[in-house]
Amino acid sequence: MNSVVVLPVVLPLAGAAVSLLAWRSVRLQQVIAVVLVAVSLALTVLLLLEAWRDGPVAVTLGGWPGSFGITLVADTLAALLLAISLLTILAVLVFAIGQPRADKGAFYFHPLYLVLTGGVSAVFLTSDLFNLFVAIEIMLSASYVLITIGGGKAQVRSGMTYVVINLLASTLLVTAVALIYAATGSLNMADVAERLTVLDPTLVSALGALLLVALGIKAAIFPLFFWLPDAYPTAPVAVTAVFAGLLTKVGVYAIIRTQTLMFPSDGVSTLLMWFAGLTMVVGVLGAIAQDDMKRILSFHIVSQIGYMLFGLSLFSVAGISAAVLFVTHQIPVKAALFLVNGLVEERRGTAALHRLGGLLRRAPLTAGLFGLAALSLAGIPPTSGFVGKLALVQAGLSAEAWTITGISLGVSVLTLLSMTKIWAGAFWGKEPEDDEVTDRRPPRTMTLAAGGLVAVTVAIAIGAQPLWELSVHAAEGLLDPAAYRAVMGR
Amino acid sequence: MNLVLLIGVGVLFGTGTYLLLQRTLTRIVLGLALLGHGVNVLLLLAGGPAGSPPLIGETAATVPYADPLPQAMALTAIVITFGIMAFLLALAYRSWTLTHDDEVEDDVEDRRIARTRARDEDHIEPDALEADPEDHP
Repeated sequence: MNSVVVLPVVLPLAGAAVSLLAWRSVRLQQVIAVVLVAVSLALTVLLLLEAWRDGPVAVTLGGWPGSFGITLVADTLAALLLAISLLTILAVLVFAIGQPRADKGAFYFHPLYLVLTGGVSAVFLTSDLFNLFVAIEIMLSASYVLITIGGGKAQVRSGMTYVVINLLASTLLVTAVALIYAATGSLNMADVAERLTVLDPTLVSALGALLLVALGIKAAIFPLFFWLPDAYPTAPVAVTAVFAGLLTKVGVYAIIRTQTLMFPSDGVSTLLMWFAGLTMVVGVLGAIAQDDMKRILSFHIVSQIGYMLFGLSLFSVAGISAAVLFVTHQIPVKAALFLVNGLVEERRGTAALHRLGGLLRRAPLTAGLFGLAALSLAGIPPTSGFVGKLALVQAGLSAEAWTITGISLGVSVLTLLSMTKIWAGAFWGKEPEDDEVTDRRPPRTMTLAAGGLVAVTVAIAIGAQPLWELSVHAAEGLLDPAAYRAVMGR
Repeated sequence: MNLVLLIGVGVLFGTGTYLLLQRTLTRIVLGLALLGHGVNVLLLLAGGPAGSPPLIGETAATVPYADPLPQAMALTAIVITFGIMAFLLALAYRSWTLTHDDEVEDDVEDRRIARTRARDEDHIEPDALEADPEDHP
């Protein structure tokens, strides 16, 4: 059973190689990609059940003892987030297959997509600091090519910013890893955590802060988020959807993992809380100013990252469980919103609000899907966003963090406001009289994929109770990592 | 010995950061390359002093073994930086063929929105804004 842990990483990467060999047949590549992502998803669900019943599942690569070799660990947190990520990856893949555009059918799209999947799996499962860096790089190097697919002028411009910023963040990450290795002589996260306890607290805080900055750029927290709303909107829709759903959340996961395991705070972390509040407010204000659907949604990615950070900053079981539940709901919701945006773009050929309008009558299904996902993003009951935000607010109130809880509620209202702006601009009102605006019916596969992902968010709202129990289990495992350490041979 | 290397790391980081803050793409790429080299030297330093080769079966050593792990890490980091740097150069070349300019442009849409705001609030003549000096340095 233990060796299953490597498969969600190895299967997509091996699939990418096979897929490259099959470059003559895009159809074959599509089959390979779908099958491998689906199998990885099934295996991850098995791992999640195993971790939930019997504690973390670990495998040490190459048979080296824990503190020397690289260990892959699937605990409840990693398996839960990986499962929901793979589900989202699968839905976006189906969407991309349905999209009738030449550049998505290019022979390099599917191999890159599989490399990205393998990288995401590796980030979630690794328990080694340097391996975390390598996993993030695997994921990012695929994303660099995906974001500039097509090589248009706007894409090259924003792709440049994206690559430079991420390369800088990676450099900072390796610097942090090197300094941590110099201070502790280990890279195994559980091992490092143990050795950091005997070091000078000032040194430990400095290391923790450097790591937080490096991962904070990748997670797009305030004030390190500026690259995201510039870079994401220019990429092809399917690529933006998978990035929006996953990449920043992978950064958040890495922050949660490293900050709880290696740099735990005794009580509420005021610094993180301020960053969380500012991330929420600045993100949502940025969104309100925009006029393009993709750009509005991109700013909301930033805003929602603040909520996750808010949960983490409480450093209590309630706070971290709420953050985990919130991440679980955000991954599919964010991707679903971008997929719906893709449906609108496919139909009209644009996502600029002043050139849209009257879609409610033309495409009631698209409108309904957008409505559900948008309400979920704003956190209106009975959607999945409500469950996540309720848990966060309750955790905030019980920790007596009044200000940040108030801010989070205010930001929800502003989120609803900007969702209303999209609704009023794109779905209500008159049809534009512009001759350039088209009315193409998107293929059924695309609608099906977007609908499936919205259905997942509804399922999260319905299955909130078991998911909440899983999140609490994950949070308890983070705050008391005895079991996590035990499987790593410590 | 270590101090010299440490100062070297500092110089690499400093010059790298300076170049990274420029607006020309080639300088940014060079800056990132220097930063990458700085980190690699830092990784090597993280392993402590030099020693005998860390080979299994090498028993005649009088000095302690050198730590092999940082070397492995530095190699991995070099390979990754090398690959991404190549991609970045290709991207810079593509950017040059498209725009015939080596400068990093602003976020176009953001500029447009900021301009609309300014027009709404200050009633500045649109013509005056077209000649925004920052757009055409």
